[in-house]
Amino acid sequence: MSLYAALVAPFVEFEFMRRALAALAALSLGGAPIGVFLMLRRMSLVGDAMAHAILPGAAIGFLLSGLNLWAMTMGGLAAGFMVAILAGVVARSTGLKEDASLATFYLASLALGVSIVSIKGTNIDLLHVLFGNILAMDNETLLMVAFNATITLLVLAVIYRPLVIESVDPLFLRTVSRAGTPAHLAFLALVVINLVSGFQALGTLLAVGLMILPAGIARFWSRDITGMICIAVGSAMLSGYAGLVLSFQTRVPSGPAIILVAAALYLASVLFGGVGGLVRQLSPGRHLEA
Amino acid sequence: MRRLVLTAFALALAAAHPLHAAERLNVAASFSILADFARNVGGDKVDVTALVGPNGDVHVYVPAPSDARKVADAKLLLVNGLGLEGWLPRLVQSSGSKAAIVTASNGIAPLEHGSEADPHAWQSVANAKIYVANIREALAAADPGDAAAFRANADRYLAELDALDRDVRTAVAQIPPERRKVISTHNAFGYFAAAYGIQFIAPSGVSTETEPSARDIAAIIQQIRAEKVPAVFLENISDDRLIRRIAAETGARVGGTLYSDSLTGEKGPAPTYIDLVRHNIKALISALGR
Repeated sequence: MSLYAALVAPFVEFEFMRRALAALAALSLGGAPIGVFLMLRRMSLVGDAMAHAILPGAAIGFLLSGLNLWAMTMGGLAAGFMVAILAGVVARSTGLKEDASLATFYLASLALGVSIVSIKGTNIDLLHVLFGNILAMDNETLLMVAFNATITLLVLAVIYRPLVIESVDPLFLRTVSRAGTPAHLAFLALVVINLVSGFQALGTLLAVGLMILPAGIARFWSRDITGMICIAVGSAMLSGYAGLVLSFQTRVPSGPAIILVAAALYLASVLFGGVGGLVRQLSPGRHLEA
Repeated sequence: MRRLVLTAFALALAAAHPLHAAERLNVAASFSILADFARNVGGDKVDVTALVGPNGDVHVYVPAPSDARKVADAKLLLVNGLGLEGWLPRLVQSSGSKAAIVTASNGIAPLEHGSEADPHAWQSVANAKIYVANIREALAAADPGDAAAFRANADRYLAELDALDRDVRTAVAQIPPERRKVISTHNAFGYFAAAYGIQFIAPSGVSTETEPSARDIAAIIQQIRAEKVPAVFLENISDDRLIRRIAAETGARVGGTLYSDSLTGEKGPAPTYIDLVRHNIKALISALGR
């Protein structure tokens, strides 16, 4: 098989592959920077927790209007915001740590969601409905993903300075500005937006992976935040493209294929990364000679 | 001879328990279509509950405690068998039920799908008649006092099914032979296809749980283009965005909904099995006819 047939032809021949690639590019632009900040704020697992917090909102949307994608998405967003903001407020106004208060709220939210689903008494797997498939990008979903990425980048641009300073030295920020708390809450809202958009595109809870794994990769190649964000976006896009090709050539479902490629990149970065990679650490001699 | 013995046995039992005939037999069926068969055969002599109700997905079903109670209360538990109800054995065990478990698909030659049997045997009306006969025998064995009523009900219902079978065959005969093929999200229609000669091509495996790879979708699109498949069909359970994408990419007509695994509610287009088959054949005719 020629290189062209393997790497380019699928996208030329099939529109669904082009749409998938476009959606992944948008997801990478929005999600990867969010992932970097999550990592810097030691909140990498928050994405996973938030993913569960979304259920009751989707369930209420379902109760009110049946299997309506928009109602369920809006409900999911609302529930996610609520949990994120409540957890953020509790963590900032009491002594409780952010992860503990978030764990409490997301578990309560998940329990509420499961109860609401069972009240209706149907046996439809709600999350199955909420989750889309990267291969099934209709105009509506594609626009939503692109819109979310745009909003994410705009809001990040506005809150960038306080967010960076707070990630590095929260006490300093608190002494010079009041922007810390609003910036943090806006950031949590962005996390939710990107999760919902990831669900609709990538299909499963693996959506969190496209947010977090590129951030992990970037950590091994750059020391400054700008560099990290660029590398994270780049490696997310690369994983998306390579994952689609892998899925096309090997019949691995697309969502898992994309995350597996990202995981392989992560592993390579852990071993060979320029900043703190294992090989670098083990051979300081060569480093000095160079 | 066997029937004579059974009848004698039944008469003896009826004589021994004069009150027995007045009690209604409690029957639980694993999903809505079996429940419909049981209601038609049992008439007013039985109480039928379906564990997976209308519009539920029997493949990914998670039993609730109320289901365990339904199973525990039932004297007879009707299941489809052929691997459809993977969740059922544990439910029966945990509910401590003493119900007699009857496999309604007994005596049907299963179609193979990969290494597993395709469980959707009821999609052929001839098979539905075997289901009904099995249910009639099971009900008669569980409640011999009402055996005569069950037989009369079953005879009437079997005659309706015969008429249904004839109607489906007449309808299919109106479609030009080269147009007798469709794409559907869920290949639940293997038995229907085998019985009536309409070819069904499905994008995702035999179960709603498997996620298609990019290769699978591409293969289907190529197949539609190559064989000029005239229509794609949505199903009442799976995500329909995928099928719309395929339709958009190939120019095939998007047919209406085909019902496969579950009936709809009272107000839906398929509240009974007969309605379901009539609805499906109407949808097929309008999409495939010229």
